[in-house]
Amino acid sequence: MIEVGNIEKSYGKQKALKGISLEVQKGELFGLIGPDGAGKTTLMRILVTLLLPDRGYAKMDGLDVVSDFRKIRTLVGYMPGRFSLYQDLTVEENLQFFATVFGGTIEANYHLIRDIYSQIEPFKNRLAGKLSGGMKQKLALSCSLIHAPKILILDEPTTGVDAVSRKEFWEMLNKLRHKGITILVSTPYMDEANLCDRVALLQNGTILSIDTPKNITAGFSKNLFGVKVETTTQRFECVGLLKEMQGIDSVFSFGESIHITSNQPAIQEIQVTEYLNGRGQQGITVERISASIEDVFMELMQNEGN
Amino acid sequence: MNQLLGFVKKEFTHIFRDSRTMIILFGIPIIQLMLFGYVITTEIKDARIAILDHSNDNVTRELTNKILSSGYFRLEDNLQNEHQIDPIFKKGDVKQVIVYEKDFAQKLEREGKANIQVIADASDPNTAQMLYNYTNGIVQDYTKKKYAGFAIPVQIKSEVRMLYNENMVGAFMYVPGTMALILMLISAMMTSITIAREKEMGTMEILLVSPLKASHIILGKVAPYLLLSIIDAVVVVLLGNMVFGVPIRGSIVVLAFLVVLYITMALSLGILISTVANSQQVALFISGFALMLPTMLLSGFIFPIENMPVPLQILSNLMPPRWFIDALKQVMLKGNGLEYIWPNILILCTMTVFFLALSIKKFRFRLE
Repeated sequence: MIEVGNIEKSYGKQKALKGISLEVQKGELFGLIGPDGAGKTTLMRILVTLLLPDRGYAKMDGLDVVSDFRKIRTLVGYMPGRFSLYQDLTVEENLQFFATVFGGTIEANYHLIRDIYSQIEPFKNRLAGKLSGGMKQKLALSCSLIHAPKILILDEPTTGVDAVSRKEFWEMLNKLRHKGITILVSTPYMDEANLCDRVALLQNGTILSIDTPKNITAGFSKNLFGVKVETTTQRFECVGLLKEMQGIDSVFSFGESIHITSNQPAIQEIQVTEYLNGRGQQGITVERISASIEDVFMELMQNEGN
Repeated sequence: MNQLLGFVKKEFTHIFRDSRTMIILFGIPIIQLMLFGYVITTEIKDARIAILDHSNDNVTRELTNKILSSGYFRLEDNLQNEHQIDPIFKKGDVKQVIVYEKDFAQKLEREGKANIQVIADASDPNTAQMLYNYTNGIVQDYTKKKYAGFAIPVQIKSEVRMLYNENMVGAFMYVPGTMALILMLISAMMTSITIAREKEMGTMEILLVSPLKASHIILGKVAPYLLLSIIDAVVVVLLGNMVFGVPIRGSIVVLAFLVVLYITMALSLGILISTVANSQQVALFISGFALMLPTMLLSGFIFPIENMPVPLQILSNLMPPRWFIDALKQVMLKGNGLEYIWPNILILCTMTVFFLALSIKKFRFRLE
C-alpha cells in the first residue's frame, strides 16, 4: 500500500532523510519509532505530497507522490503533529467543513468515526480550541477519517496526551485497521511500538531496523539486567560505578531503574550485586530482564555511533 | 461547487466570530472617514494673529477690522514694538503678525503707496502661505473698493471660479481618498492576513492535503471579503454624500463597476502578499508598509502628484490607488463616464490580471 524507495531529503545542508526504504502492506498498522529529529515528520510529509523528495521514490496505493499528488490527496487521511483544526469553529463545524471539503457528508461515513466521534459528540457545540488534549486528538482523527481514506497517516498523534487517552487512541487505531485502512503512525514513545503490527526504528534520517515488535526484541542477543536502586542520588552513583565495571557494554537510566547489557557469560546478577555492594551501594536488586523496544533502540543507536 | 460554498461558509464564520475582524471591517471605515472629513482639513479658520500698528490711524484701524471680520483670523494680541514679535512667535500660538508702517494713512494719501509687512510662521509652510494669501486678498479688496474712483492704469482682473467644488470643501478630496485607503486596507490586508493565518495555525497543511484546488482556496478566501468590501464602499459613499455632501454626479453603474474593479485588484494584491508571507505578522507588515504608506503618500490622496519630485511622480504611476482616486473623482465630482475614465479602468484591469497571474504562479501546492 505504501512503498518507499531510497528516499533522501535535505533542508539546506541538514540531511533529514538519508536513503530510506520501507513497505507497508494493506491493512497494516505500521509504526515509525524514533526520537525528535529522526526524520519521521519529513517522511510523512513526503508521503502526503507536502514535500518533494530530493532522491528516491514513494508510492501510495501505487500512485507516485510527485506526479500523482492530486489523486493521492483524495485517498489519504492526514493528521499533522500539531493540532491543526480551526480553533474558532465548533467540533461539529470542523467535522462538517472537512466532510464538505472532501465532497462528502458526515452521514455518509459516520460508521467509520462512530466509535471515536460519539465520545466527543456531547461537546459538539464547543469551540475546538476549548477542548482538552485528548478530545482534540479524537476530533482531529474524526476529521481525517470523514472521507473514508484508504491510507491514514498520523504524525505523533499521542504526543502531549494523557495516558488514558493514549490507550484509547491506540484501541481506536486497532479497530480502524480491522476495517481495512492502512495506517502509518509515528511516535516518540517506545512503549507504543508494541501496539503496531510492524515498526521501523528511525534515527538521524536512517532506518535502524524494520520488523515486528516481537522479532525486534527477540533479536536482542546480549544479557540484559535491570538494577533497582532506592534513591535518585544512588541511581546517579550506580550509573557512574557501572560504567567503570569490566565486561559491561552499556549503562542507561530507565526511569526508576538502570539497564545494563553485557555479552560475557561470566557476568550474572550476583557479580553485579557484589560489585556494587563492594563499593558501598546497599539495598539494590539486580535481575535479568527481557529486552524492550527501547533497549533495542539504545543498542542500535550505540552501534550506529561506533 | 459544494466544496467552495463550504469554504466560504467557514470563512464567514471566522469573520463573524472574531470581534477584532468585525471592528476592522466596519468600525475603521466609518472612523477613518469621519477623521479625514472633519479633523484633517486644509481649510483655515480662526488662525491667531497679532498686530503691530505703528500708525494707528483710521485707515489701519479699518483694515484691521476688515481682516479680523473675515473669519479667517482671530486677534491674539496688539503689539507695541518690534521686539515683541520674536517672543510671540516662539510661544507658538500666533501664526502671523501684521505690521503697519508709521504714518500709514498719510503716506497712502501723499505718495499713493504705504507698506504693510506680513510676517508668518513658516514652520508650517502650507498654512503660512495660505494665511498670507488670505491677508493679501483682503488688503487688495480693501484698496480696490476704497479707491474705486481713481483711475488705476491698466488693470487685469481675474475672476476665479472653483469648478466641481465651488466652496473648496476638503471632504470632496478626502472621501475618494479615504475610500481608496479603506478598500485597500480591508481587501488586501485582511485577505493576506487570513491566508497567512491558515499557514501559521497549521491548517493550511490539511487544506493542501485535500482535494481542494488552489482556485478553491483563493476564491473561498476572496469571496467573503469582496462582499464585505462592497458593503463598506456603499457605506463610505453614502456617508460622504449625506454627512459631507460629496455629490455623485456620474452614473451609479460606472461607479459600482469602478469600485468592484478596484476591490478585485486589492484582493489579488492581498493574495500575492500571502503567497510570500508565512505568518500574520509578516503579512501585516508587508501590507502595512508596502500598501498603506504608498496609498496615503504617493496616490495624490494627501499630496498633489504634480508637486512631487520627478522620480516620485514616475513611481506614483505604479500605485493602483492613484488611478482609482483619479477615476473616482472624475465620476463622483465631474460626472464623467467611461469615455473619460477608460484609461484608468484599463490600467487597473492590467494590474489585477498581473497580480492574479503572479499569485497563481507563486501559489505553492506543497510546503516548499
